[in-house]
Amino acid sequence: MSADNFNLEESIRSFDGDAIVTEGKQFTEITVHPEKLMALAMFLRDNSEMGFDFPACVSGVDYGNDLGVVYHLRSTKHNRTIVVKTRVSDRQNPVMESVTPVWPGAEYHEREIFDLFGIRFTNHPDLRRLFLDNSDGYPLRKDYSDDVNIVTK
Amino acid sequence: MEEHLKNSVTDGQEEYVLNIGPQHPSTHGVLRLVASLRGEIVTNIEPHIGYIHRGIEKMCESLTYPQIIHLTDRMDYLSAHINNEAVCLNVEKALEIDIPDRIKVIRTIMAELTRIQSHQLFWATFGMDLGGLTCFFYGLRDREKVLDIFEETCGGRMIVSYNCPGGLMHDIHPGFQKRVKEFIEYFRKTLPEYDQLLTGNVIFRERTMGIGKLTLGEAIAHGITGPTARASGFSCDVRKKEPYSAYDRIKFNEVLFTEGDTYHRYLVRMDEMRQSMDIIEQLIDNIPEGPYAVKMKPIIRLPEGEYYQRVETARGELGVYIISDGNKNPYRVKFRSPNFVNLSVLNMLSKGFKIADLIAISGSLDLIIPDIDR
Amino acid sequence: MPFDIYDFTSLTQWIDTSLNDRLSPFWAVVAEMAIVGLLILVFYALIGLFLVYAERKVCAFMQNRLGPNRVGPFGIFQTVADLIKLLLVELVPIRNADKFLFNVAPFIVIIASFMAISAIPFAKGLHAIDLNIGVFYVIAVSALGVIGVLLAGWSSNNKYSLIGAMRSGAQIVSYELSVGLSLITVIILAGTMQLSEIVQAQSTGWFIFRGHIPAFIAFVIFLIASTAETNRGPFDLAEAESELTAGFHTEYSGIKFAFFFLAEYMNMFIVASIAATVFLGGWMPFHIGSWEAFNHVMDFIPPFIWYLMKTFFIIFLMMWFKWTFPRLRIDQLLTLEWKYLLPINLVNVVFMAFIVLMGWHF
Repeated sequence: MSADNFNLEESIRSFDGDAIVTEGKQFTEITVHPEKLMALAMFLRDNSEMGFDFPACVSGVDYGNDLGVVYHLRSTKHNRTIVVKTRVSDRQNPVMESVTPVWPGAEYHEREIFDLFGIRFTNHPDLRRLFLDNSDGYPLRKDYSDDVNIVTK
Repeated sequence: MEEHLKNSVTDGQEEYVLNIGPQHPSTHGVLRLVASLRGEIVTNIEPHIGYIHRGIEKMCESLTYPQIIHLTDRMDYLSAHINNEAVCLNVEKALEIDIPDRIKVIRTIMAELTRIQSHQLFWATFGMDLGGLTCFFYGLRDREKVLDIFEETCGGRMIVSYNCPGGLMHDIHPGFQKRVKEFIEYFRKTLPEYDQLLTGNVIFRERTMGIGKLTLGEAIAHGITGPTARASGFSCDVRKKEPYSAYDRIKFNEVLFTEGDTYHRYLVRMDEMRQSMDIIEQLIDNIPEGPYAVKMKPIIRLPEGEYYQRVETARGELGVYIISDGNKNPYRVKFRSPNFVNLSVLNMLSKGFKIADLIAISGSLDLIIPDIDR
Repeated sequence: MPFDIYDFTSLTQWIDTSLNDRLSPFWAVVAEMAIVGLLILVFYALIGLFLVYAERKVCAFMQNRLGPNRVGPFGIFQTVADLIKLLLVELVPIRNADKFLFNVAPFIVIIASFMAISAIPFAKGLHAIDLNIGVFYVIAVSALGVIGVLLAGWSSNNKYSLIGAMRSGAQIVSYELSVGLSLITVIILAGTMQLSEIVQAQSTGWFIFRGHIPAFIAFVIFLIASTAETNRGPFDLAEAESELTAGFHTEYSGIKFAFFFLAEYMNMFIVASIAATVFLGGWMPFHIGSWEAFNHVMDFIPPFIWYLMKTFFIIFLMMWFKWTFPRLRIDQLLTLEWKYLLPINLVNVVFMAFIVLMGWHF
């Protein structure tokens, strides 16, 4: 597996020099700038060595200062998983490019992240709030407060 | 009348907008589908969800890991045990604890029983969706036997909460093996009844064959998992791909079909019940001796880092993504629930079919709404 | 005829003459009408209540349940209790509904089934009107119910109801053809449309046996088509609980809903009685060729019982279908009628005519 991953890291580095590739506890993790996300996504899906065609999970994370999105991608051909992370620092108006054209399965995940974190995805086919109403704010952000429904000890 | 429920005009033809749900007999919960129709033919489906969004992910951020277990029961309530297991496995992996074989085997048996009862309820409600009400009672009759075993083992029937980080809440009941064997013997006799009542029925076949086809490429690109994906030939069984608990030591087949229509999504689940019975039979006589739980620290703190664990629930791949900052509460928990992803193809599958087919297709996706909303 | 012991003709004639003796001819007719109307009303209500109970029991046993078992012994008063509840339930007014049509629809449905039941011979001489075009009359009148269903769906101001009503319209109009044609097959054999004569013609053998294969085909087609015509499963598309919640009667409550409910069961009873009358010899007892002793015993069972036994046998069959099969889709339903049942039926009519012409029947 490590030989396999070595290959993976090398080829990702050669594709995008700025991307930070680290060996995480479980998976290889790539940290990429949001502007380069789309190009990396295309590369990860279409390159035959990569073949990450299965969008397993897309999660939004509030890192405190930054808002981030974490993509867990899997290759059905090679049966390996990779993690792509990206973050934006603009909390007021976070914008990111949607990966829905690459992985259609990300559509609902991105809608959910928009709903709960307020990250706007450009090029998303149908970016509306999924669970909540517009008046509810973005509850999964760490600075979210609700005097009525959240009791802090 | 709400604005979006007014009949709309597209391509010069007026469309009949029908609001299916959130209270409707065959949405199995509070799913709301706004369907645009042209006559009986569905042109567009827009799912409206969030009616039972409880913010489980937010709640998890202020709870400890043993407490999170009890919230996961409430997501996919038909795979409650498997959901518990996902969190436990993730915590155990993060703490690098070796789990004794006894726990692994018991967890696997319970997980397969959960899968059987979930598929029994699927069969029951799917038959009901297609208008065969009798199926419902046959399915529930047999599901009752599994729930009795659950009740005897852990006190709960649906919301079991039997797992805890490091093992099980308590040991199995002394009569557990006998009861499970009796159930397997009983269910081997009654499962053919299911086929007689529904699978072989001409009307049933006509209603489901060739309806709502999902191709392999679409299944992968949309992230579909579970029986729904396996009916399209997507080999995605986590039990095979990344064996957890005791799945690495048993023989079973991953049920795969290539047609991807409603009928084969149904067949996958029927065959999975047989496979689950095989799995249980291999394990039930070989439960090793040992403790039922590993001694854990009173307060569980995961080392800083990110942990992802996936398991195969009755409906597909459940991924638990935990980000820990070293505290007793997780920094962020994300549940990648199978139903949430599977719902996203409903519009694609049901376009061009009739209302009755829409019900059959959404039934064959076997959606559990609390799992979608979380 | 050995079964003349149960002839009701003398009884009805005695009532007729004694009324005419006491009253003027006009008032005698009025009195007769009142008596007949009252009898049929009571009969109608009792059969309706019993059928609802029977359906719940039959379906319970098919679904390994017990069914109603709390009100009275074996729950036999359950439907009475339900009826009282339905009478007391509030009639929910519907906003933007077409009030007049909305209120009229359940009456149209129930009157149509009421009119049809009056033409059915229950026993020799026990017959409200013995029209010489009895079969034709029953087909015509029972088809009126669809107007009520369509009106109910249209006037409810509910999208589910409208879809249900349109489905029902398409369905009943289509299946009416098969019902009519399968009855024509038997009319060719019987040579009459008068229901009492059709029954009388079966004294030497039921038409289903006498008419060889074509009569049997006609019987099967009649069963399928009449199940569809009464909107019962597997053809219950107009209600289609899992798709349209309750179809055309979604918005009805209380006694208006009860009317639809009762009419559905009575329509089932009517088509079952027509099937029994036309194919299974009506109130004629079951005879086997030259088994004199056996035939004699059969004769002692009253014709009214024979008639009910046959009718309930067919009703049981229809319940059996309903609780076993999943529902059809609207296009499959119409395909079944227009592509299979109708052509088979047309060929069958010709086949039957040929058999009758050649004198090949018994």
